[in-house]
Formats: sequence, C-alpha cells, structure tokens
Amino acid sequence: MGQDVVDAALEQMECVYARPDTLTDTRFHYCPGCGHSVVHRVIMEVVQEAGIREQTIGVAPVGCSVFAYNYMDVDMQEAAHGRASAVATGIKRVLPDRFVFSYQGDGDLAAIGTAETIHTCNRGENILMVFVNNAIYGMTGGQMAPTTLLGMKTSTSPAGRTVETAGFPLKITEMVAMLPGTYYVTRQSVHTPNAVRQLKKAITKSFQYQKERKGTCFIEVVSNCPSGWKMTPVQSNAWLVENMFPLYPPGDIKAPK
Amino acid sequence: MTADPRGVLTGPHFIDGDHACSEGAIAAGCRFVAGYPITPSTEVVERIALRFPFVGGVFIQMEDEIASSIAIQGAVWGGKKAMTVTSGPGFSLMMEHIGYAAMTEAPCVFVDVQRAGPSTGLPTQPAQGDMMQARWGSHGDYGIIALSPNSPQESFDLTIRAFNLAEQYRTPVLLMLDECVGHMTERVLIPPADRIEITERRLYRGPKDDFLLYKPDEDLVPSMVSAGDGYRIHVTGLTHDERGYPAMTAGAQDKKVRRLVEKIRRNSPDIVDFREEGTEGAEVIVVSYGITSRTAIPAIQMARREGIRVGHLRLVVVWPFPEERIRELARKVTSIVVPELNLGQMSLEVERCSGGAARVVQVGHAGGGVHNPHDIYVAIKKSLR
Repeated sequence: MGQDVVDAALEQMECVYARPDTLTDTRFHYCPGCGHSVVHRVIMEVVQEAGIREQTIGVAPVGCSVFAYNYMDVDMQEAAHGRASAVATGIKRVLPDRFVFSYQGDGDLAAIGTAETIHTCNRGENILMVFVNNAIYGMTGGQMAPTTLLGMKTSTSPAGRTVETAGFPLKITEMVAMLPGTYYVTRQSVHTPNAVRQLKKAITKSFQYQKERKGTCFIEVVSNCPSGWKMTPVQSNAWLVENMFPLYPPGDIKAPK
Repeated sequence: MTADPRGVLTGPHFIDGDHACSEGAIAAGCRFVAGYPITPSTEVVERIALRFPFVGGVFIQMEDEIASSIAIQGAVWGGKKAMTVTSGPGFSLMMEHIGYAAMTEAPCVFVDVQRAGPSTGLPTQPAQGDMMQARWGSHGDYGIIALSPNSPQESFDLTIRAFNLAEQYRTPVLLMLDECVGHMTERVLIPPADRIEITERRLYRGPKDDFLLYKPDEDLVPSMVSAGDGYRIHVTGLTHDERGYPAMTAGAQDKKVRRLVEKIRRNSPDIVDFREEGTEGAEVIVVSYGITSRTAIPAIQMARREGIRVGHLRLVVVWPFPEERIRELARKVTSIVVPELNLGQMSLEVERCSGGAARVVQVGHAGGGVHNPHDIYVAIKKSLR
C-alpha cells in the first residue's frame, strides 16, 4: 500500500488520540518499557488539556529524567542533584500565579534530596511534586536506592539489600503525608492503561489544588526499571505488582474530603 | 609494617583505574568506606561493596556526599582507616568536611574522579578542573596533600601512598583521578602483601593523664588515640588548644592554623613526588599530570624529532607543589609548557614558581576529551619563538 493511500485514508479519519503539542517530536531515549516516558506524557497531556502551557514551569532532576527538557515543551529548569523542590520553591514564590511542578526519581528525592523534600512539604509550598519510584539508581547503572526492596540485588548491594547494612526501604510518601503542609498525597503507577488514567486524574486534581493554593501536592508513581532490574518490560511490570505494591500500595494516602 | 595479606589480591590483573583504587584502599588497610553513586567514580564503591564482606570492612551507601564525607570522620575517630569516593558535584558537596578533617587532623582519603564541570557538566567525560578546588576548596587556611595517578597501576600504588601519607601527617589526602584514568583498563600488578609498606596510625601509648590530642611532635604532627580507648578525647571543628577543647582567641587560631599549614609545608620535601625525563640540558620543559602526562608524550617526541630539546616533568604529587624544582628549572630553560584539561590551574602555580624566569604557556582544554598531541607540539614550538 502506497503512502498516498495511507494519507488519503488518514484524512477521512477522526483524530481521537495524538501526541500532545506540549511534548516535542523527539523520540523518547528511555529504555524499552521504562515508565518515565509515560509519566512525561501524562503530565504534558494534563498541561495541554488544562490550557496552562504558557503558565507551567517544570523542574527536572539529576538522574535518567535529567533529559525531561528534551520532551516537555514548557519552561524547564534543571536543579542540582536532589534540590528540585527547593528550586521549585524559588520559582513559585516569585511567580505565585504559575503552575510549578518538580519531577524527581527515588535517589534524587528520597536520598540526597531528603531535606529539601521534607522542608518543601512542611512549608506547604504550592507546587506539585512528582516522584517516580523505581527502587534503583537507573542513570548511574543500577545502584541501591533508598527505596530498594529488602533482598533486592543491585551493584552496591551485590548480595541483596539487608537491614543490617542499608536499613529499611524508605516510605517517604507516607512521611510527607504526615506533614500538615501537604494537601494531597497519592501513590499511583503506570503499569496498565487504567493505572495511567488514574495518574492523569491525580495530576489534573493537583494542578487544580495548586490553583486554589491548597498546599503541596505529592504524587508518587511506582514505576519500573527493566534495565536496572535486569528484566524484560513485561517481567518488570509483573515484578512490580508482586513485589513493589505490597510495600508501596497504590491509592490516596492523604486526600481532601 | 606491611599489608595484611587477607586484603591483597597478589598477582597480575586487567582492571580499570577505579577498581585499582578499590584494591589499593583494601591493601592499604582501609576498612570503612562511605559513598554515594556518581559517575565516573561509582565503580570504586561497587568493587568495595563486593570485596568488603571478605575482608571485614564496612561499606555504607549514604544518602549523599555530605553524609558520606562526614561519616568517614566518625570512622576515623573510631580507629579505622577510612575513605570516601566521588566526582564533580559530589566533590563540591564534600568541601566542608575536607576542612573538618584538616582542622581535626583526621587521617582519611578523599577520592575525586574528575569529570567536566562546572555543575553537572559532562558526567561521563574527563577533565582536570578540580585541581585548585583540591587545594583551596574548603574555607579557611590549611595545608593539603593531593596525588594524581596517570594509569590504573598508579591508581593502585598511589591509593596506598594516600593512606600512608594521611596517617603519617594526620591529614586528609586527596586522590585526584580523572575520568580517563578511572575508566582505562590496563595491566595492574599487585605485589605480595609483604612487599607493600603500610604506615600505621601514630598512636599514643603513654599514660592517660599526660595525653594531649593536639600536642605536636617534632615534625609538627601530633600522635592520636581513638574514641573508646579511655582517653576522654574531645574532637571539634572549632579552633582548639592542645587538649582539643575550644579556644576562641586570635592567639589559639594563629597557633593552630599556622601549624596546619606548616606541617605540610615543612614536610613537603618528603611528600613531593615528580618524574623527570630529558630535563637535563632542555630548552623547554613540559609539566603535566594525570592523563595529560600521556597525551604529552607523542607531542614531546614530535618536537624532539625536529631537534628541539624538550624535557618532561610529571607531577605525581600535585599538592604540595614542587616549588623548588620548578624554580630551578625555570632559570635554565626558555619556556615551560603546561597542558591540562582546564583553562589555567596548575599552570598558574608553575608561573608563580618560575617568577618570570621562563615563559609559561598553558595549553588549555575545557574537558570532555583529551588534548590532540599536535596542539601540545605546536605550543612547544611556539613557546620558543
């Protein structure tokens, strides 16, 4: 079938699903099956649909998603490792009528950035913090993260994570939910289409709450790292359900009544 | 004293500079490492994580470089030889604790596998842009020792020397690799344990009542005890007297800080290490260190083929700087060429020491790769015009 035939057929079809304008045309560089590209897309879909593209400012982290600016076609500032929420605080305080979100992985948000995370939430900054938790340092090649599960093998826990040497997996989302500054704290995932839809709802709500100046919205996305976990994408999603969800169960942790 | 054979993998290995550094640390008796993953230094801690269970060492992956560099300060005062490992942004975060180690005179090793900066820069590419940060990075005055290996073998050898110097002078020692040396894989020969000289801690063994934690010996270095030995020591980053207790006066400050600077300065003849080749009768000298010492060699050969008398001085110990020797050579040559993966750092030191006696030419490179030897060769030729 020639391209002209395809083009003619396409012209007669109604477009029901397209790449949002808020995403650049760049192909995602993430490993096959990685959740980052889905999370990127969902945030940008919400920004597009809410019509807040020119009012939205994102803060990218250090880690795999340091390249977020390659895809998210809104104003972006990369923070030093772990400091995204402090940078977002600075932006939001001087531009209180804009929509500000930070985007961080587990190493960035829950290890080196713990202080900034806790204090941003405690101040109740009117921002959305997106926290992609795949229980590993992906960018540097699969080291143990604060959220790494007990027994999980990584390059810095070669015999599996033990409590004796590395302590317990850090449930930082539950921690920030305890702080009065947070308004909406939820844990989502992107391993099924339905989960993606749920995440989209959570992001939409968060931007609405931000508009109403309710306080910090915090969304953990339990995600995968097929490369770091040394699994196929399908295996990694099954593993996520079996192993990540018991410790990091999806659902709202703190939601307005 | 020689190395504990349980930690020494005697024999030939084909490993990179990062792994050689891990083996050097273990051979030197290091039994505590705290670190945080950061390219291009992560392989050092990965190997430590794998090897430490077999030698009874403690490895902790900390939440960041600030915590890593201060955790080792606790381990040192607990009586262990300790090290932290990082790169670029992590090295910047560690600066306060280099000063803490200098002030408390805690023997420990900081490894910085240099990548291109500033800020996040080029995480996977080489640079030598942290050389002045190594010297002056923490606030206040202090002396410092920094070494610069140019091969995996030297990464092994100099890691051992770093630990030995740290113990001998009760000071933090910085091992300044660059990404090239860290990631280059070559033959590394690990000698038998009884051929590896190890400097043990200068432990005080006298009566408890007489002990002063900061009373210097003749070489300006005080002896040490560990926490838990019953001496009731007090360790602080505040300016302190010989007992180790805060003494907040200009007089105490002068006495303490002057000694911190002097103990390195006065002992520098025993610390400095450089290699010379063809410097006798040379008209131009190339001063280099780390990976740049290897890119300089073809450039020197090119110039020599044209009859130019080129000498090569390679810094193995970068700080303290071999001031005397550079001063001497500057009086004998027309020019000194300094290739480095930054836009002017050690060349400033060469310039200072040559005091105008020789023309100093820096061959700068912002990092992200290494010099094309041809650029160094051109600089050698031009420097003589």
